[in-house]
Amino acid sequence: MLTRLATTAATIFVLSGGAALAEYPEKPISLIVPWAAGGGTDAVARVLAEGLKEELGVAVNVVNKPGGGSVIGHSEMLAANPDGYTLGFGTAELATFYWAGQANTKATDFNPIALVNFDSGAFHVSTSSKWSDVKAALEDIKAQPAGTYKVTGTGTGAAYHLAFAGFLKANGIDPLAVTLVPSQGAAPGFQELAAGGVDVVLSSLPEGTAMMQAGKSKPLAVFSEERIAAFPDVPTAGEATGTPFAGGTWRGVVGPQELDPEVKKTLEEAVLKVANSEDFKTFMNDKGFGVRVLDSAAFGGFLAEQHTQVGVIMNDLGIAQRKE
Amino acid sequence: MTAVLDGLALVMQPDVLLTMLISAAFGLFVGMVPGLSATMAVALLVPVAFTLSPVAALATIITCSAMAMFAGDIPAAFLRMPGTPASAAYTYDMNDLVRAGRTGDALGMSLVSSALGGILGAIILMFGAPLLADFAINFSSYEYFWLALLGLSCATLVAGDDALKGWLSLTIGLFLSVVGLDFVTGIQRYTFGITNLQAGVGFISVMIGAFALSELFRKATTSHQAHPKPRLDITERPLPRLNSLWQQRKHIVRGGIIGTLIGALPGAGADIAAWVSYAISKRFAKQPELFGRGSAEGVAGAATANNAALSGSYVPTLVFGIPGDSITAIVVGVLILKGIQPGPLVFVNSADMVNAIYIVFLLANLILVPLGILAIYLGRTVISIRDAILYPVILLLCLYGAYAVSNNMFELWIVLGIGILVWIMQENNYPAAPLILGLVLGQVVEQNFMSSLIKADGNFINFFNRPIAGVLGILTLVVWFYPIVTGVVKKMRSNEPINDET
Repeated sequence: MLTRLATTAATIFVLSGGAALAEYPEKPISLIVPWAAGGGTDAVARVLAEGLKEELGVAVNVVNKPGGGSVIGHSEMLAANPDGYTLGFGTAELATFYWAGQANTKATDFNPIALVNFDSGAFHVSTSSKWSDVKAALEDIKAQPAGTYKVTGTGTGAAYHLAFAGFLKANGIDPLAVTLVPSQGAAPGFQELAAGGVDVVLSSLPEGTAMMQAGKSKPLAVFSEERIAAFPDVPTAGEATGTPFAGGTWRGVVGPQELDPEVKKTLEEAVLKVANSEDFKTFMNDKGFGVRVLDSAAFGGFLAEQHTQVGVIMNDLGIAQRKE
Repeated sequence: MTAVLDGLALVMQPDVLLTMLISAAFGLFVGMVPGLSATMAVALLVPVAFTLSPVAALATIITCSAMAMFAGDIPAAFLRMPGTPASAAYTYDMNDLVRAGRTGDALGMSLVSSALGGILGAIILMFGAPLLADFAINFSSYEYFWLALLGLSCATLVAGDDALKGWLSLTIGLFLSVVGLDFVTGIQRYTFGITNLQAGVGFISVMIGAFALSELFRKATTSHQAHPKPRLDITERPLPRLNSLWQQRKHIVRGGIIGTLIGALPGAGADIAAWVSYAISKRFAKQPELFGRGSAEGVAGAATANNAALSGSYVPTLVFGIPGDSITAIVVGVLILKGIQPGPLVFVNSADMVNAIYIVFLLANLILVPLGILAIYLGRTVISIRDAILYPVILLLCLYGAYAVSNNMFELWIVLGIGILVWIMQENNYPAAPLILGLVLGQVVEQNFMSSLIKADGNFINFFNRPIAGVLGILTLVVWFYPIVTGVVKKMRSNEPINDET
């Protein structure tokens, strides 16, 4: 009798314990990707979702909500039911909507779960360029009238444009001293560099690999605090100029503001575990993406910092629709 | 060589081969239904292609269009009406040959020569495109600006009977291309505060609206007309005899070369290639009097040319990223959505993918023969499917496809709006192709124009002082002003006698 009671009690205990554990997650989770299927962000999100499925034990479905230059998908993340079953894969653009007047959402409106990627911008020039290092380039840019030199490889107000402008400013140069020739991504930018139409291309280091191997371009500096493992010969901005500077584009998991703290904790741990796994690192390295992992608290600080930095630099460039 | 093997590895994937087979069946089906074009088949497939890998997506489009191009000949043979406009040139020949019991010389000939034309075009693409790409690597935004403008201008001139209507359709397309965030300043244009319009008007939705929904509207208004029933039987084996194929060798080779070259010209696609090749075959034919009354020579020349033109149209698409017709406009759209910017750098950065495209072309044209024979037998059943069953299914495909791409209801409104607009335009003989090219190339023209002006510090002379840019610029101006000048000269000549009298 006693043993039976004990067994029943144990069973109840186990069941209730199991139920408590099964509280979250107990059904498939949707991960909103604000860019089209097949793109870079989509690829990273799908690998991350695959890893999260293993960690959380439920399916994690990538839902592409492209359009409006990612405004639509990002707005949907904020409007989602905060039950933890709809999350978002936020990208660097979310810090610009407020300043560009595209939406009223600030970077600080997003609930940070974890940052998983950061691609540092790099300063590429043609192999026939007269500049052999970034210091010489900056002095030359400073000495010549504004607009003498042109930069491309990025669109107006895109992450690499802002990184480049920030880099000039950090070195005491007016961010408008070098004129941006907008381009749709790195590839047309490098072609323009090869054709002699521009002086600088700003893109990540892996995006320039093909042109470096073809002997048509060389990177002078990378905007990161430490050298990039795959490109050990490229100096950091700090090493090349004496002024440390980091800038580029990034991706991370975010959610709506009212997310339950317990649920958020579970998600944060799972994302951090996947982002630190060898499989994820190998994938990112193969595809030319940089891995930078920040936990929720650090990612929150990062978003707040992004919000102010982007506001200042967009106002400097004259492309902001709102004052700081 | 390793790039060729890499390309082969990309194609020999179960998902790529499977999608090729499915899209082949779909292309044959759509091509067979009179009134539904190869472009419509591709437009309906885009939402599916969109979810696939880049190579599978391109394989889908290439296979589907090659199949639809041949399948257009089937109703031509049985019903005396072309399944796609590209079969119009030799429709009567096909029908008269089948009536005379010579199925092998009609459908068999067109099947084999379509496959040969596609392969010939692919070979020219394989050797020609990389050479052109080496040359194009030094192109800057000035050259691209002129190239895109020239493409737009030529496309508009050859589309439809009335150039003025072509220009009007083009300007609507250009207007749609302006909607969204400004490329240089990031300012919103014509968005009316609608977030969904910030990235511009969705290209896929416009395609589906313009080429599929508008056709359904047109069908809906004419559905009371009696549905034609095929009355002809297949009496002979469906393949041509080897010796009659050998007799047509010159027409096939000539048709293949003419077709590829015409396909590579911007604006002139498979329809024009078939007409030109038909006319040239007639000049060189042994029995020119049979043309229009059942000439196997005419069928061989023109059926080769329209499939070769499909391959040829990929030359400017891959090398310059400038589509020549509405199908390759879709290809460019899909590639960009997939994060691949077509242009000379594709040959450097994605050599394996370019090789995969060649292999897909060869493979698609090879499987055309067995699948085509099947289609000839099944074709008589397919073309008698009732409109009441067929068209609702197509409507469902249109709406589902447009929604599935971005999971956004807003796209359906664009499909509806464009569908109604293009239907009204086509009822009044305004061509739709310039609208699509305007939407795709409008952005290319604007972005390269703005980039060029920024690089040149606002100096317009830079558009002409690079040698290639200068030549292209003058060519464009000639295309624009030639009709005006000839018009004025004609007018002055006709006025002369009146002036003499007064």
